[in-house]
Amino acid sequence: MNLLSKPGARSFPGAVRMAAVVVVVAIVLAGASMLPESNPLHVSAFVVSLAGKYLAYAMLALSVDLVWGFAGILTLGHAAFFALGGYAMGMYLMREIGARGVYGNPNLPDFMIFLSWKSLPWYWWGTDHFAWAMLLVLVIPAALAGVFGWLAFRSRVSGVYLSIITQALTYALMLGFFQNGLGFGGNNGLTDFKDILGADLHTPTTRAVLLVVTGVMLALALLISRFVVGGRFGNLLVAVRDAESRTRFLGYRPDQVKLLVWVFSAMIAAVGGALYVTQVGIINPGEFAPANSIESVIWVAVGGRGTLAGAVLGAVLVNLGKTLFTAWLPEFWLYGLGLLFLVTTLFLPNGLMGLWRPMKKAAPEEVTPEVSDTQGDEA
Amino acid sequence: MRKAGWLSGVMAALVMGAAIVFSPLAHADEFDALASGHFEDMAGAIATLAASGNPQAVPVLHALEEHQLFASSQGGLFIRQGENYVDARTGQPVSATPPDLHPMRLNNRVRKALAGAQAEMELVAPQRDVRLKAATALYGRHDPALLPAIDHALSVEKDSGVRVKLEEARAATILGQAPVEGAQSQRLEAVHTLAGVGGLEARGILASVAAASVEAPDVRKAASEGVSAIDWHLRMWSVFQNAFYGLSYGSVLLLAATGLAITFGVMGVINMAHGEMMMIGAYTTWMVQQGIRATAPMLEPVSILLAIPVAFLVCGTIGVVIERGLIRFLYGRPLETLLATWGLSLILQQAVRSIFGPTNLAVETPLWLSGSFALGGMDITLNRLAIFIFAGLVLGGLMLVLRRTPLGLQMRAVTQNRRMAALMGIRTPRVDALAFGLGAGLAGLAGVAVSQIDNVSPNLGQSYIIDSFMVVVFGGVGNLWGTLAAAMALGMGGKILEPTIGAVSAKIAILVLVILYIQRHPRGMFPVRGRGVES
Repeated sequence: MNLLSKPGARSFPGAVRMAAVVVVVAIVLAGASMLPESNPLHVSAFVVSLAGKYLAYAMLALSVDLVWGFAGILTLGHAAFFALGGYAMGMYLMREIGARGVYGNPNLPDFMIFLSWKSLPWYWWGTDHFAWAMLLVLVIPAALAGVFGWLAFRSRVSGVYLSIITQALTYALMLGFFQNGLGFGGNNGLTDFKDILGADLHTPTTRAVLLVVTGVMLALALLISRFVVGGRFGNLLVAVRDAESRTRFLGYRPDQVKLLVWVFSAMIAAVGGALYVTQVGIINPGEFAPANSIESVIWVAVGGRGTLAGAVLGAVLVNLGKTLFTAWLPEFWLYGLGLLFLVTTLFLPNGLMGLWRPMKKAAPEEVTPEVSDTQGDEA
Repeated sequence: MRKAGWLSGVMAALVMGAAIVFSPLAHADEFDALASGHFEDMAGAIATLAASGNPQAVPVLHALEEHQLFASSQGGLFIRQGENYVDARTGQPVSATPPDLHPMRLNNRVRKALAGAQAEMELVAPQRDVRLKAATALYGRHDPALLPAIDHALSVEKDSGVRVKLEEARAATILGQAPVEGAQSQRLEAVHTLAGVGGLEARGILASVAAASVEAPDVRKAASEGVSAIDWHLRMWSVFQNAFYGLSYGSVLLLAATGLAITFGVMGVINMAHGEMMMIGAYTTWMVQQGIRATAPMLEPVSILLAIPVAFLVCGTIGVVIERGLIRFLYGRPLETLLATWGLSLILQQAVRSIFGPTNLAVETPLWLSGSFALGGMDITLNRLAIFIFAGLVLGGLMLVLRRTPLGLQMRAVTQNRRMAALMGIRTPRVDALAFGLGAGLAGLAGVAVSQIDNVSPNLGQSYIIDSFMVVVFGGVGNLWGTLAAAMALGMGGKILEPTIGAVSAKIAILVLVILYIQRHPRGMFPVRGRGVES
């Protein structure tokens, strides 16, 4: 157990480099979008919002990597936290519309008037203040993750069972948010946003700023994650992942370790969701769909789990592929995505980062994807 | 009956008065009145004819209804029978086709009179089933004009079954008209009769009686008591009805989840493409039906039965291929298997969409499976009942396979302790492949069942898969009783909660309950015990 006493046994230089790359790319793209349209280097608003979307997805992928790559929890419901963060941001953006909505009511968003509601539900109170809404972005998903994780980890629900109930969680939330009565716009979700902090969401400048902000937040998340998993806590996480019972016998509390990383990961996903909504301009219950969560897992698998940088790489590459594929060959995207699942799990257990690393240094099996939860008799 | 007689006297006087007042012309008899073409006169003539006991009444009124009654401009009414005509008055065939024939036309008023007259005649028809049908039909009409006819029928009716229906119709008819002085006890009696009948129709009548201010207080009180008694009955039956829906949904879940539970038990693998196996089973059913329609149409009613083994074999074979070609390479990595099978499910969905198109296919339900029958206040649809029975048979068959065959023994051994089973000479790879094939085949059977109650589309599997997962998680693996209990609990729980809190909330409530439940019982209701399954 020498590993546990040596802080920073794994330093993830890739994460630092990836953070730098992300910020630089975001700034370059944002800057290029500000050039006049005649300039050959001009980048269209579409590309800017697409890049912002990818980076927001990358935050979701990073959060999945934290729990799956380091704690061995295969989450099939992380999009729930992403979407909750998105809804919290959406509430603020709805209130920013104010009296400029179709019905011109300064207090109630359009959909509430449409449902002939008389007053704002209590959980919408204060959402016109940016700071309060941002607090909700972090607190609500963290609280949900906390309660769910506390219940699940305490009773040692693990492996496939845990995966399935995370999926049930996001499915239940999706069904709930589809209901008009919940007060989040039902089927249509929240949309028609006008501006954020007084800045018009549709101007190139705002879009450019949002892209840079997303890039910076992603870089920050990468660096904080690296700090979290690189030190002693990270070693503990990996120990829990690879031999949970043994770690428990050594006197650690695997449930608390998992809960901490679970809640932290949910908050990263939520920030990603909030940034996503500002750039995509809509949040609806479809974001809770179990398929979305599973897709975010494959981004991590493609990039390489347990590497931090790989999650970002995978998210961007897969989504880029999806954008191109659905533009050129829309029927074949599902074949492509399905094959991606098969090929990565069969032939690329360490993802793209795993391909690249052996060339750099003969890495020891420090991040083996060996999870032996349900096969306890074989461990 | 004295009061009823008095009442019918009043009614008859009213009818006759109306006939006198509204008749613009005097007619020799009802046949002339019918031939006149004046709708008012025709309606009156129909009533008189029906009450007259004239043997020609039945054929004439029937011909009028069927548009086979003609009038000649020279007078006289004729019924067309094929190419020939008979005299309506005498029933004798006429030798030559009368000149200037024009068909008798009907308006709503005449139609109403006609229907009433026919009901009146049917009430005293010699055949019991005709009378019973007529009496039953009268219940929904509560037409005050028919009250004398009902009273007349009651006075001559001997059959107790028909009498009950007549009494009910009479009660509904009495309450359907405004209260008359002195008729209070009669109305009270009618209220009690209706309360005993039950049903939405009776509830509606009683509710309006209870709300009418002209009604006597004790009649109103009895009516409102009747309403609450009926309500209670309806509620009770609707609980049973929902329980039945829950049973049939639970049966589908059971069919879907046993396969999942077997593969999970034996291999520790969750097959995310399980829903797609169901979908393929449903498409197989469709293809079998199309194939039979093209080659052997006389077998069409039993195509669903032929589809059962075909779907099992098709899906089972696909399952074995998946295990040999994919799952075994991911051995000992259950979470990766989950992702790989998810990828597979995407490919299968898209493949089916490319081949069959994205729209729903219509799998026809054979006649012997369509329709329903009433059981008390419940409506039992045959297809849902069949699925319930089918699930029971499949479960029984599976029990036999698991308990009485060498393969079942080996599967149970591998479920309990894989390494020990291998040491005893069981070829675990073969057991894995067959278990996966069996699971997929069971999903195929579920697909056959689902094709009878749901749309057959590429997304079919997706709508059942999460509930099936919940069943496996809730019931535990390696024990079919656990799967059975969990499937029925989830199916019934959802459907019984539905009417009170809505379908979506019921689903959410069930999901949350299951999530909470497995906090206490992380391995389901019936966990496999032993050292081999240490977590």
